[in-house]
Amino acid sequence: MEVKEIIRQENMVYQRSSLLTSKPFSYCPGCGHGTSNRLVAEVIEELGIQNDTIGVAPVGCSVLIYDFIDIDFSQAPHGRAPAVATGIKRVLPEKVVFTYQGDGDLAAIGTSETIHACNRGENITIIFVNNGIYGMTGGQMAPTTLPGMKTSTSPYGREVATMGTPLKITEMIAHLDGVNFVSRQAVHTPAAVRKAKKAIRAAFECQINKKGLGFVEIVSNCNSGWKMTPVKANQWMEENMFPFYPLGDIKVDGKLVKTL
Amino acid sequence: MAKARGAIEVDIEKCKGCELCIGSCPFHVISLEQHVNSKGYHYAYMGNPEACTGCTNCAVVCPDGVITVFRAKSEV
Repeated sequence: MEVKEIIRQENMVYQRSSLLTSKPFSYCPGCGHGTSNRLVAEVIEELGIQNDTIGVAPVGCSVLIYDFIDIDFSQAPHGRAPAVATGIKRVLPEKVVFTYQGDGDLAAIGTSETIHACNRGENITIIFVNNGIYGMTGGQMAPTTLPGMKTSTSPYGREVATMGTPLKITEMIAHLDGVNFVSRQAVHTPAAVRKAKKAIRAAFECQINKKGLGFVEIVSNCNSGWKMTPVKANQWMEENMFPFYPLGDIKVDGKLVKTL
Repeated sequence: MAKARGAIEVDIEKCKGCELCIGSCPFHVISLEQHVNSKGYHYAYMGNPEACTGCTNCAVVCPDGVITVFRAKSEV
């Protein structure tokens, strides 16, 4: 059988989501943001909610999502995406509202907005991409940076005595009663991507069924910030990030399913 | 016996040559082309098309969503 005979429309089993714009992703090669954007688009398309979904883009690399998914978007000041999403959801309660934030945005400058939106149990969805660094501004240390990890503002490695330990914000918000679903996933292998998609879908369904806030953390890489090739960065992530940020569901249907 | 045969189509101009698809392919089908696209990236192509089963692993892991997967049954 020739390749030409296989490449026919009726044999197609996987293609790029039609919700993604024709613009090429402007992320660095191998960046987990591209995969995460794709998953969000696929979930919105599968749920058939593209006309009723409003995204809130933050500041940082993750803001670029508004160029790539063909739905309504609003942009929030640095860290304030959950507050903006709260406003949109309260004015338009029938719309599906989600934020898509990085760790510098959600876990640093936006800690307060994140915790209080979660504590109030706003009926929104938060997608949190954690790569342990400020990517867009040049690889500075973030609250999520691992101990000993070199960044442009911790050139000798993060020193716990003076810079503290990494912030596990996902575990923190899992304890809040207003949060219904919390999961931590990754997008570096096909199996991980499939699981992450299920979690993102569950977080959106949680909102659609008016159960409360759904929160999905995606542990991702930052090849440019970490100064590694994409393949090496994913290996490094498996060896160093995952022991500190273990993957899996943390809270399902309002009940903790993992001892923290 | 019917055997699943697959093939992929790569959007060459959008591929950034990150090589994640190469590692995710269980049958070592994909390689990087020696030529580069207009942005200067080596792009993915089917170096060993006979081995492709259309499992979609490469497309699922592709950060740029440039891979379309096709699958057909062939009588061997």
